[in-house]
Amino acid sequence: MGDHEQSMTSTVWEATRRYLRSVAVPLGAVLLALIIGAAIIWISGASPWLAYKALAKGAFGSAEGWRRTLEKTTPLIFSGLAVAFAFKAGLFNIGAQGQLLLGAITAAWVGFAVHGLPWAIHAPLALVAGLIAGGLYGYIPGALKTYTGAHEVITTIMLNYIAMGLTDYLANGPWKDTSEGNIVARTPEILPSAHLPTWGWLPLGFLLALAVAVFAWWVLERTTIGFEIRTVGRNPHAARYGGMKVARTIILTMVISAMFAGMGGAVETQGVIGRYQPGFNANLGFDGITVALLGKTDPFGVIPAALLLGAMRAGSSQMQFDAHVAKEITDVIQALMLFFVAADMIVRWLLRVKAAEGEEKITLSTGWGSH
Amino acid sequence: MSTPASYANPKLFWKRWGGLIVTTVLILAAIAYYYAREPHVTEAVLASTLRQSVPLVLGALCGLIGERSAVINIGIEGQMLLAAFIAFMVNVWTGNLLVAVLAGVFIGAVLGLLLAFMSVTLKIDQIIGGTVINILAIGLTGYFYQVGLSAKGKLNPIPLGPLAKIPLIGPVLFDNPPITYAAIILVFVVHYVLFYTPWGLRTRAVGEHPRAADTLGINVYLVRYVNVTIGGALAGLAGAYLSLEAVGSFDRLMTNGRGFVALAVMIFGKWTPLGSFGAALLFGFATALQTQLQFGGKINIPPQFIGMLPYLLTIIVLAGFVGKARPPAADGIPYEKEG
Repeated sequence: MGDHEQSMTSTVWEATRRYLRSVAVPLGAVLLALIIGAAIIWISGASPWLAYKALAKGAFGSAEGWRRTLEKTTPLIFSGLAVAFAFKAGLFNIGAQGQLLLGAITAAWVGFAVHGLPWAIHAPLALVAGLIAGGLYGYIPGALKTYTGAHEVITTIMLNYIAMGLTDYLANGPWKDTSEGNIVARTPEILPSAHLPTWGWLPLGFLLALAVAVFAWWVLERTTIGFEIRTVGRNPHAARYGGMKVARTIILTMVISAMFAGMGGAVETQGVIGRYQPGFNANLGFDGITVALLGKTDPFGVIPAALLLGAMRAGSSQMQFDAHVAKEITDVIQALMLFFVAADMIVRWLLRVKAAEGEEKITLSTGWGSH
Repeated sequence: MSTPASYANPKLFWKRWGGLIVTTVLILAAIAYYYAREPHVTEAVLASTLRQSVPLVLGALCGLIGERSAVINIGIEGQMLLAAFIAFMVNVWTGNLLVAVLAGVFIGAVLGLLLAFMSVTLKIDQIIGGTVINILAIGLTGYFYQVGLSAKGKLNPIPLGPLAKIPLIGPVLFDNPPITYAAIILVFVVHYVLFYTPWGLRTRAVGEHPRAADTLGINVYLVRYVNVTIGGALAGLAGAYLSLEAVGSFDRLMTNGRGFVALAVMIFGKWTPLGSFGAALLFGFATALQTQLQFGGKINIPPQFIGMLPYLLTIIVLAGFVGKARPPAADGIPYEKEG
């Protein structure tokens, strides 16, 4: 009896230790980034304490703040999942931005152009349209990589610029809001039947994001496709010898990853902005990279990472107002977080943490050719 | 690898350079044709082609000397952006253009050193290391940039005496601002260093077979550190070009993907300085044409589609040439010393 109890506590203790060790690096990275961020704020002549206090107040100080935080967190979960999911197959999807834009504008089009549907059909229809648009756009770099060997890092970035041009054209041209008095590039407002509601401080989009995170985890950990994706990511040669269709897996991974991003765009349109307007979704795709790495490319790690960045985004206006620190400091802090989480050796050395056993290491830079 | 020695075999020569030569001949024919019809427009487009190619060729040189020693630099964009910003700010503070250019080059080198530290010493995945630099540059320039700053001057064209008076060739080649001249010279300097000096030989050895190079007593880490740092300086010069020579001011995100296009230029140029120069001219031409189409108003295409041209070209080039061009064998792989 006593023995059993002891082994129970030691197992729990072991598990806790393992967990703490696995989150030590991201937490250390966040802490270091905040310290250096404070130094930069101090150098530019403001009070770091006041700034961070205002930031926290803006993000969590009221129901309104919580709503803003969750609204900012939602698209970051989607783009973070997009990047993290592709990482598992050894793919670096920097194109989440473009996929998200196409998802956002397609959902907007379904939202304003399709009339006469009840909410229960219209809202999901717009979501699915955005998801498909994103997925199709992700097919391009996936196919280019498998059939021509063009590295997805460059093709997805180029496709970001092309998506920007395309959505800009649509919002200025055929899908432009022609209502009286409008002179800016934007689509008409979506119909109420396509809106995703917010209950008090809780946006429906946030719940969708959580559900998609669970879905991503399930695909990766509990399905054959997920197993193939992870094997291709660890060792494409072994995957090929094992009889897996590496080309098909790479394309499929890019499409699923891009679907997450496209759905993020759709949720942003239907839940927050209410239409498509160029510039309103800027940088969400790039932030997804930071979110994915901070979350250790784990679908459930993405959620707290996105919450952290979302809170920084939501609280930055308050910070600018109270402490007179430019909003863009959050970009600097975010870049520092990315640096420290990537340079985990520095954090480990500072915190004296050894690498956890069996931790996955992903290699992205195996030259420019295909696998 | 494509050492000059392999040119001895004509079949190999055509296989390697045939496409580029045919393209060049076609372009020259087109230039002659259009010059006969519209000399002023042709002159303007060609001059713009060369100038648009400057940041691309400098970026490509940065990428290729890194990759020749097996370090992939995806952070060229960020190096250019931060250098453009610092060069502009130094110009605002001091009003001295030379100091401003040097500051840009210096900052580029510092970021190069950071990338070398991350990829050689810390052995971070090189793609992630470069991405860190990109995001850091966007964050820092966004935070410290204040709207409304203006600099006193920019780098102006220096006509090279009588050479500048030759029709067509003169205004295009011999009436340029200093960084444009510097870029052309640097193409040949890097070519010479890479293929005709001991350092170049060491660089290529480290890029192809670091273990063997190490056995022969070459300091693999040192070669990579130096190359990536110098590469950063070249990207910094490209940044200084953007803010001091091309525009004369700084804009948020003004690099506009040029650092990534430069990597496609490098691949299209098959990791050689001369090839990269040719490829950069092609991309420069696409951009110059885009400007001409946008303001010429002759063809009724939405400007957004014309603006996509360089990016589409990048994808086409990557899709068409990556499989055929061979990168250095150890490209992207961190080196671990034995024992």
